[in-house]
Amino acid sequence: MNAVKVFIPRDSAALALGADEVYAALKREMKSRGFNADIIRNSSRGMFWLEPLIEVQTPLGRVAYGPVQAEDVASLIDAGMLEGAPHPLSRGITEQIPFLAKQERLTFSRMGVTDPLSLSDYEMHGGWSGLKKALSMQPDEVVKEVTDSGLRGRGGAAFPAGIKWRTVSNTASDQKYIVCNADEGDSGTYSDRMTMEGDPFMLIEGMVIAGLAVGANKGYIYIRSEYPHAIEVMKEAIEICEAEGYLGKSVRESGKAFYLEVRKAAGSYVCGEETALLESIEGKRGVVRAKPPLPAVEGLFGKPTVINNVITLASVPLILAKGATFYKDFGVGRSHGTLPFQLAGNVLQGGLVEKAFGITLRELLFDFGGGTRSARPIKAVQVGGPLGAYVPESQWDIPIDYEAYAAIGAVVGHGGIVVHDDTCDMAKLARYAMEFCAIESCGKCTPCRIGSTRGVEVIDRITSNQNKEQQVRLLRDLCSTMVSGSLCAMGGMTPYPVLSALNHYPEDFGIEIFEKEIT
Amino acid sequence: MTLNNKFQVLIQDFVNSNGVDNGALLPLLHHLQDTLGFIPPEAVADISKALNLSRAEVHGVITYYHFFRNEPAGKHVLQICRAESCQACGADELLTIAEQKLGCKSHQTSPSGAVTLESVYCLGLCANSPAIQIGDKLHARVSPKKLTKLLAELEASV
Repeated sequence: MNAVKVFIPRDSAALALGADEVYAALKREMKSRGFNADIIRNSSRGMFWLEPLIEVQTPLGRVAYGPVQAEDVASLIDAGMLEGAPHPLSRGITEQIPFLAKQERLTFSRMGVTDPLSLSDYEMHGGWSGLKKALSMQPDEVVKEVTDSGLRGRGGAAFPAGIKWRTVSNTASDQKYIVCNADEGDSGTYSDRMTMEGDPFMLIEGMVIAGLAVGANKGYIYIRSEYPHAIEVMKEAIEICEAEGYLGKSVRESGKAFYLEVRKAAGSYVCGEETALLESIEGKRGVVRAKPPLPAVEGLFGKPTVINNVITLASVPLILAKGATFYKDFGVGRSHGTLPFQLAGNVLQGGLVEKAFGITLRELLFDFGGGTRSARPIKAVQVGGPLGAYVPESQWDIPIDYEAYAAIGAVVGHGGIVVHDDTCDMAKLARYAMEFCAIESCGKCTPCRIGSTRGVEVIDRITSNQNKEQQVRLLRDLCSTMVSGSLCAMGGMTPYPVLSALNHYPEDFGIEIFEKEIT
Repeated sequence: MTLNNKFQVLIQDFVNSNGVDNGALLPLLHHLQDTLGFIPPEAVADISKALNLSRAEVHGVITYYHFFRNEPAGKHVLQICRAESCQACGADELLTIAEQKLGCKSHQTSPSGAVTLESVYCLGLCANSPAIQIGDKLHARVSPKKLTKLLAELEASV
């Protein structure tokens, strides 16, 4: 009889909750009881409130137990966990857990299922079929496929990926680059981290396809220094791909070269902005560049460069494998495909929800998130990272797509959703947004560099009742200058959380607000 | 080996195996900090010479990025996430506790030399906020009680 298969995630969120300790305890118990099991360190399913989540392979499918601590292991084995028997921590068949069963996992289909660094696992679960397809097509046809899929930049700006690729492809140059933006600095987001730690070959496959499509033979993955596990896994995955001919001087014996390198960032939020990121790879301070020229024309080291977010590039293999129409049919309006929404903050069931565009915030917060962890009412929800607006309850039923959110002055961004309960102080959060901008501004443009510091001061005067009415007007004026006058989204979008807090929660600033004032 | 010799050897090793092109400065700085724990200000001249940059450029890069430090940290580095998701789950309280127990502010080292306290903006564990990191060990869903226990362990390590 084959040894029973047991899965314990190696995702850093699981590690932060004691997955390594659980793994050690399980090995110890198995040894002392003379049991045999094949313990696999898989990626995370993204149901983080259940981590560390142990799964056991049974004839009916994988059975889940969580959240497990090291001290629970003995009682789990006593109860018959290795046969999938019931236990107070049992969650039943993993794939039938509603949080997972209700999702549309396209990009994240392997997440939690496979061993991240097993090439055979990757292949067995559909890996490399996109690359195989791309190698059988003309480069232009690959670009067209990506364009036709309607895929837009998942980093936050939502620019059509195919158009970016087309520009690079049409620009003549002796050298072109593919750069992956893995500087996932938004609070409330972790889908890039999960992808790199949990399915690194998918990202590599997407980058190789991008290289073939636009004629680039070199790629960089710029990963934030706060993600040591992601850096380690990506480096290992690259080595494996080099050894197996998926990377190197002739990708899959196609005669086309593609080399990949990981670059470690150094803790600057603004380096998530594409031109600052390019400066950083070039070894400079992460200062934003004025556009034009676009990176697609003059990017890294002055050469045409495709720069895309992790999820954008990771979506490409599936688009090639299943065709543009398959992907395009998910979603609503001009927002095609799926987005990995990331539930964070004060939420009962925090985790990753991959769904087609068109889902509402209310469904995400309650059907998936189960409300707050503190069991208090939700007061505000920040969507799209620290530069995203606070969305009040009156707007929770709007189907989420890029245009619908833009119409209410909000952003979908990278899909981060941070929940705050009714104890939060919106004036404090608005002040924090300005403070964060002051800390992280690259300093190149005045509205961002100076405006953010003035913003902190103005909010302080409002909350300490100094000339309140005048200061509120001043804050609006300042925000308008920052929105219109900043070079990039850092200064240009910091007003989103500030103004949404002011407009929707004026009582926290000690003011009354009239409809006509809202800008 | 003196510190000067040490970083000179490290810089030379790096240049020998990686060359000086394609934006070598950040990888070199990481190499120095990974090995020495910080980037000695005295190394700036050697770095700039090795990479054919001005000292101002090198100094500018080191001081621009939050990650690089120009003096040794305490025995342990404690990072507390202060971003929105962790704030929504009590991160501010954790920082206050750490400052009180350690007797130092953020970006300072406790008088015993045991812990350097840093605030960071997002460790990517936002579904399990609040999150902290000690050295390279991550902790999520950190309660004030758990932090107090961890702090006592760190202080006892000196």
